[in-house]
This record gives sequence, C-alpha cells and structure tokens, in this order.
Amino acid sequence: MAPKRDGRADATPRDEGLARRLKALACTAPLHDLDARKGRLDWCDASVYQMAEIALQIIDQVTIAMDFDRGADHDDVIRRTVPFIAAQAPDRDRAERERVASWVLDNLINVGSSDRGFRALYGTFGVSGEYERRAFDFKLLVELVSPGGEIYLRASDEAINVLVGALDTDVESAQIAAEVKLDNLIRRGRLSDAQLAAQQARYRTVQYAETLRRKLEATRRDVRAVDWEHEVPDLIDEALTHIEGRFRYENAILTNITQIRDEAEDPAHKRRAAELVEIVGDCIGRHTQLQARLQEAGAVFRAEQDRQQFSGRARRAAVDLFGQLLLPSLTLPVADAANPTGAFFRSAAGLSAPGLPRLAYLVDLLLTPSKERTHLLDEVPEPDLVPAPDPDVFSEELWELADVLLDLEELPRRLSGLLAEARAMDPDLPLLVALRVLYAVSPEVGVAMRQGDDRVLLAVDDGARLDDPELGGADLLVGIAQLRTGEMAPDPVAAEGVDVA
Amino acid sequence: MHAPIGDVTEGARLIALGMHPKLLPSRDAVYADLVRRFNEDDEFRAVAEEVAAGLGLVVLAVSMRAGAVLVPEEGSVFEQKLDEYARRAAFGDRRDVEKVLHGLAHLAVAALAFPRPDDLADDAYVGRVSVEQVDGVVREACRMLADKAAVAEEAGDPLADAPKLEYAWRVYMRRPETALTKDGRLAPATTRAIVAKALRFLADQGLLAKMNDEYSGTYRTTPRYQVQVGELAAERAFAELLEMGVVPVADPAGSLRTVGDTS
Repeated sequence: MAPKRDGRADATPRDEGLARRLKALACTAPLHDLDARKGRLDWCDASVYQMAEIALQIIDQVTIAMDFDRGADHDDVIRRTVPFIAAQAPDRDRAERERVASWVLDNLINVGSSDRGFRALYGTFGVSGEYERRAFDFKLLVELVSPGGEIYLRASDEAINVLVGALDTDVESAQIAAEVKLDNLIRRGRLSDAQLAAQQARYRTVQYAETLRRKLEATRRDVRAVDWEHEVPDLIDEALTHIEGRFRYENAILTNITQIRDEAEDPAHKRRAAELVEIVGDCIGRHTQLQARLQEAGAVFRAEQDRQQFSGRARRAAVDLFGQLLLPSLTLPVADAANPTGAFFRSAAGLSAPGLPRLAYLVDLLLTPSKERTHLLDEVPEPDLVPAPDPDVFSEELWELADVLLDLEELPRRLSGLLAEARAMDPDLPLLVALRVLYAVSPEVGVAMRQGDDRVLLAVDDGARLDDPELGGADLLVGIAQLRTGEMAPDPVAAEGVDVA
Repeated sequence: MHAPIGDVTEGARLIALGMHPKLLPSRDAVYADLVRRFNEDDEFRAVAEEVAAGLGLVVLAVSMRAGAVLVPEEGSVFEQKLDEYARRAAFGDRRDVEKVLHGLAHLAVAALAFPRPDDLADDAYVGRVSVEQVDGVVREACRMLADKAAVAEEAGDPLADAPKLEYAWRVYMRRPETALTKDGRLAPATTRAIVAKALRFLADQGLLAKMNDEYSGTYRTTPRYQVQVGELAAERAFAELLEMGVVPVADPAGSLRTVGDTS
C-alpha cells in the first residue's frame, strides 16, 4: 500500500482505459472535422448545414440498411438523407442538398486517401515506461462487393460505436440487457426512453448478425478454414437457441406495445408506440432472416465440400505455399516482407521480353488509339483546397541584411542614406528597407511591449523630400526609440536619439 | 566439347520458343521436335542450356506439357521487376508498401492455386483461382493474425513514426477491399484490384488462363506456372524467409486449414 516513491513509475501507468477512450474520441474526429472544413466549400455557403448531424444520419441510414447479404446503396443513402438536410436548409435547392449529402458520404468513406480510412495518433506508455506515439487506424463506412458485383456500403464497428457507444461490450449480453430494459420501460409507460432502448437493441441485432455473417462467409470461402466437426455446429445451435428466445420475447413486447398504441389517447404517446411497433417488427424480421441463413449453413457446407474437392495423396513433398510462405510473410514487418515476396515475384512472374522499337512499326505504333481502360482507372481526386501560404517576397538573407542595416546606433539616419547603402548590398534590399521604415512611422508599441522588446524602430517625417531613382515620398528620419518597460505610462515611448517626439 | 554450329542454332531456337509462353509443343511440330531432342540428346541439352545461360536464363524444365520453362537469373535483361510492375503506385514510403502488397498478391495467387503441397508435385493438377477467393482468403488470414496479435500484445496499434515496421497483414487489412471512383469505376489501390491485376498479368504471361468472369474473374493454372512456382519461386522465397530467421514449420497435409485454429 505504500505509495511508490519512484515518480517515473507513478507517472506512467499502463492505462488501457485511457487508450480506449482516446480511440473512442478519435472516431468522432472525422465528424467534427466536417464542420471545421465546411467553410472551405466553394460551391455553396455551408454555414447552415450541420455536417456532423448529417454524418450521423448517414451512418444511421447505412447501419439500418445493413442486413445479411448486403448493405446500403450509395444513392439510396443519399436519397434518404436529403429530407433531413432539407429540414436544416429549407431554402436551398435539391441539387445542393444532394451534393452536401454526397460530400459528407465521401468524407465518411474518406475518398481520396489510398486506404480509405482514418488514422489518429495517440500516446501510450510502452513496456519500459517511455511515451510512445501509436497510430490507430479505423474506418467509418466501408465499400464491399456483393456476389453480383455491385458495390455497397456497410458501417464499421467503429461507426456503430460512434452511434451507440458499445464497441467493447459483449454483443450477446448487451442484447439481453437492452431488451430487459426495453420491457421494463414499456411496462412503466416510459415510451420515449423505450424507443431509445429499442433502437439500441436493433443496433445490437445488426451487430450480432454481422458477427455471424463473417463466420459463415469464411466457411463459404474455404471449408477447411472452419472446424465443422464441433465449432460451427455449436455456433449454429447457440444462434438458433438465441433466436428462438428473442422471438418469443419480441413477440411479447410487440403485443404489449401494439396494445398501448391502440389504447393510447395522447397523440405523442400514440406516435411513439407506433414507432416502437415498427422497430420491434423490424427486429423480428431480422431474426427471421438470420434463422433462415443458419438453417442453410449446413447445405452450404456440403455444397462447398463437393465443389472444393479433395484429391489423393502426394507423391513428393513440396513447399506449403500458404502455411510456409504466405502466412509467415504476412507476419513480417513491411520492410522485411519485401524480400520473400520480391523473390517470389521475380521467379514466378515469368520473363519480360524487352520491347524492341522498330522504325517500320513506329508510325503504326503512334497511330494506334490508346487502349481504353474500362475497368480500372486511377482515382481522380477532388482535393479540398487550402489557400496556399503567401510566398515570401523577400528571402531570409534580405531580412537579415535589413536587420543589420536598421540596427541603428545612437544617431538617427535619413532614409535616403539607408537606401543608398542597401542598394550597394543587394538590388532588392532597398524596397524591403523602405517598407520597414514606412512601417516604423507608426510602430505597434503595444505589441512590442508585450513581446518584451526594449526598443522599436521609429521613423519621422520632417518635411524633407526623398530623392531616389526607385522610390518617392518623404525622406524620413529613422531612429531607435527606447521602450521603458515596467510602467504603462500614457506616453510609454521615450524618444532617445531621435530629435522629434 | 565442340558442338556443331547447327546444334547451337537449334538450341537457341528452343530457347526462343520458350520465350513465347503461350506457345505449346503439342501444337507446333518444330517445337515438339526440339523438346524431344532436349530430353533425349544430352549434348544438345548442354548446348541449349549454355545458350540460355549466356542470355542470363536458367532452363527450369522442358516438357511437352509446359514447353521450355525459362527463368531469368538475377540482373538479367529478361527479369521481371516488381518495381516496374507496381510503378503506378505512389511515392516514398508508400512505394514499399505498394510493392509488398503486389508481392503478397502474387504469393497468395500461387497459394490458392496450389492449396496443398501435393498439388505442386502432381503434374496432372490444375488449380483454379478467382479474385474473390484470393482476396477473401488473405483477408481471413489477416483477421486471424489480428486476433492472435490482440491476444499476444496489449497495445496493438503500430507505432506512428515507424511505418516500415508495420506488419504486412495490418497493411493488407487496412486497404479497402473495393472502392468506387468518382466516375463509377473501381479504384486501383484496393486489394481486389491488386489481386485482379496479378491474375490478369499472369494470364498475359501465359501462366494462367482465364476461364470466365465469375467471382470477379476466375482463372486456371497452366503447367508452366506449376513448374515455375514449384521448382523455383517457392524455394527462393522460402530461402529468403530462412535467411531472416523465420522458420516455417511444414505440415504435409497443407496448412490452409489452420485459418480456423490459430496454431
């Protein structure tokens, strides 16, 4: 119990919870970022749109549309989100709202980055107690291909996390908890809370189906990848029992709230109950679908086993490509994995016959229309443009030279003299000197005081005309004014060495 | 030994025919004749091998099924360079990542085409691979490795300032499986596109033959590919792994099944 005296050990607890919270925070960053960047959209005035809200709506739409086989279509998601955007900006036209929706959707997918994901850096303490910066990669919406070749969207675990905040919870227990809560709330008549709980229960159902889907998909890909003797049958049994229980339960809830809906007199109450009926109905639909899948699973296995036939025993041993090459290569760091994969490529990719250009073919070659790449094309990125920083007109050296020149001693000098000296040093220097002197006509004394400077450059016009080949105006008197720090007198500047106040 | 000058010409012709991977001895009488002679006449065989060696090539096998299978030696003009193959890739550090992804795709294509060690040894075996299958299995393997890593280490995320130390499976897994570009085509930087490119490339090289468009493109292997992978490529890659101290344990029945249980 004695407190550790070693300060270092105290300061570096290995706090997994902290890392988890940092990651949860990071998942919301892309949403905040949307609102931060909306000002840069040049095709509309985006200030009326609440981009983070739209983003949540889109994630919501994708999550709800996710079922066993596929997810949401890009266009459907945009179409369903537009009414919400219309509520935010009733005076904008549909084309703009659609464009806003697709902008947000693209940003949630993170179109334009090659990984199509997000990366957040967070710090943890390593095993030996030193601070380490780690990268957390996550995605919000992912694009997948259906067996028919269509591309659809699914929400990632992280996105569901942003929505319901339940990434780390055990799906099974969370589902039961949510439904017990729902039941209680309905019985006590707290319908608005019940609606929230029902929605959460539905997200869990989606999450649960997603977990099962992944397992079945692996089976379909390669029958040997999954243990069909114990693991999968057990899994299917469990899932079927689970569904059976949920069915009974949800049907009971459904009867209950249907009754409330029909008997309710308060219209708000009635509407909520009606929405609840719909959500629970949807849950039941999902369970039916899940059950159908589970029943088909055995047939899928048998069909796949027939398709992926096993043939006879080997005659001589060879390298096991998957286990001895691919898997070990995947476990290597990128820099090391380049060796085995490179060696494999060089010997397995065949010859490359160097092309020999011949003059006789040259004209034909030049006239051949380039092959249309129908399938694959380089991405045409649509960059978010940040105004470029103004390039420095004057180089670093010029500034240094000007500093030297303007670091005046006791006596003030005429601008004309400074310019002549500057011209001798560098042809571009006079302009910089002139600008700095011009600025010194009204120096920002307050800023200089705050910065802790003890003097400022001060220029005064005493009526003399400047006679210069490039510049015109008054031939200013330039001097250094001492700042008396410590007291903010009404007149903090005491001209010293300058003969004009 | 002085070979007749005619033999040198014939030997060189055999090598030249071997450079057309889609040409088969069974469909070309001259080619078939040369293949037969190579296998029966030791002197001719030596001449042909010398000619190949002079060009920086190794004669891996000469058979009626596969034709003359030639493999470039390192630095040969005929060498296929991964750098060029992956040159549409990005810059800097990303280039290495891109190269590794393309290399992994090729390795995965072979692993799926010949799922068991026996398949490489069985001359009559014809493997079948599709884009969907290759990408799916590699992803599955990555997911398995991710689970394993989650159990083994506590802070699983990679260090931010050492991109080259990031594990290959992590890079593969992070890459999206597919993505639409603005104009509705498929983006090339996705894993499916990378696998599809590997399969198309191997088909162009005469190492695979396209069967149909099912599962985003289904191909079958040729005897030439089987020889190249089985006789050389696998061993070279294996040697690289051994050199790095990675000693993969062999399982005579093949290990593709171990995706399920993380042994």
